[in-house]
Amino acid sequence: MNTNNNGYTIIYATVMVVIVALMLALVSSALKDTQTANVELDKKKQILASLNIDLEGKDAAAIYNEYIVEELVINHKAEILDSTEFCAFKIDFLKELAKAETERELPIYVAKVDGKTKYIMSMKGTGLWGPIWGYVALNEDKNSIYGSYFSHASETPGLGAEIAYKPFQKSLIDKKILGADLTFKSLLVLKPDNKPNSEYEIDGISGGTITSKAVEKMIFNCLGQYKAFYDIKVEGGAK
Amino acid sequence: MSKLISEKTKEVFLGPLSKNNPITVQVLGICSALAVTSKLEPALVMGISVTIIVAFSNVIISLIRNTIPNRIRIIVQLVVVAALVTVVSEILKAYAYDVSVQLSVYIGLIITNCILMGRLEAFAMSNKPWESFVDGLGNGFGYAWILVAVAFVRELLGSGSLLGFKVIPQSVYDAGYMNNGLMMMPPMALIIVACIIWIHRARNKDLQEK
Repeated sequence: MNTNNNGYTIIYATVMVVIVALMLALVSSALKDTQTANVELDKKKQILASLNIDLEGKDAAAIYNEYIVEELVINHKAEILDSTEFCAFKIDFLKELAKAETERELPIYVAKVDGKTKYIMSMKGTGLWGPIWGYVALNEDKNSIYGSYFSHASETPGLGAEIAYKPFQKSLIDKKILGADLTFKSLLVLKPDNKPNSEYEIDGISGGTITSKAVEKMIFNCLGQYKAFYDIKVEGGAK
Repeated sequence: MSKLISEKTKEVFLGPLSKNNPITVQVLGICSALAVTSKLEPALVMGISVTIIVAFSNVIISLIRNTIPNRIRIIVQLVVVAALVTVVSEILKAYAYDVSVQLSVYIGLIITNCILMGRLEAFAMSNKPWESFVDGLGNGFGYAWILVAVAFVRELLGSGSLLGFKVIPQSVYDAGYMNNGLMMMPPMALIIVACIIWIHRARNKDLQEK
């Protein structure tokens, strides 16, 4: 058979592309449900990680239901828009960030750890090579940080990617986001040589300055959206 | 079954591990050797993934080698590789989500690994499926062991750990030892690969140019 003939080449290419496309479509749709379940489970794990819960070998979905007692969706004035089950979980935070600030629906996860209330805020930002994201859990005072979680899509391993590891995430614990007058102040991520010496500063990652600064910007932008929420005193009745 | 372990097949498998190593002798696949070797674990998973993909794409191309129109053979090879990589990445996402998150873009980048195209073009297009499979395994392992060797040195000296476990005791740090930050930078991977090539050539005189 002459395999160099034009007609044969075109038919060969067409058939090949159709077969491969069918095969990939089949694989993709067959695995879709498992993948979505994985993504959701992973999101739950990330939220729980900000509460410093060790999930090693445990059922994250069950622990999530145990710790997260309420989910809220608020607007920029801290008015509660929704508080039904999984209402915050269903929000696509990236889509909300694309809207004007006054129209955003902001998710808050309310957790109870040892009887104390914690508020978990979502964050999304842009790192050096791609998106970065995370969750910060605030104590009952809506000021000091109880725990944090950061992750990234493609930061440099060993450098910027270190934000996804415990040493960096633990450095946020007990830091504060509100100034002395209780207005929003955010955190500074310092260059590694400058030792953090106040409760508003954390140590950056050596060799990962751009990622460190991206984290700083993300904390400022995302936690800043909840400004009105911090003003509501717990006794005053956020709930 | 003597055919399975004939002299030629043995040579096809063992060659790429040393005398004909894809990285140190043919200098292919250097880009990923730089990108994934700052830690041992991604280097291991990358090595295994490349081995699986190069072996199976070799078999597929070898099976259809007589039907491929000569003028679009590179495109056909690319489509086969891309399809396999996509399937592997989808399966990882469904059944090993954590690993797939960790490897992120690297799995997709296997498509651009020169070793794959090199083996398909140079070997699978003119050999039978079984030999092609063995050739794929040999080249995959040849690639993987260099990656693991480089990652071993970089993680040990750069982070003081192996596979994420601290191996350099705290007392050594207390005595003034510091992790070498340069080990984490991509240029260090090139330097380590160069050292491996140097040792390799010094021990194999027939690899040296006259």
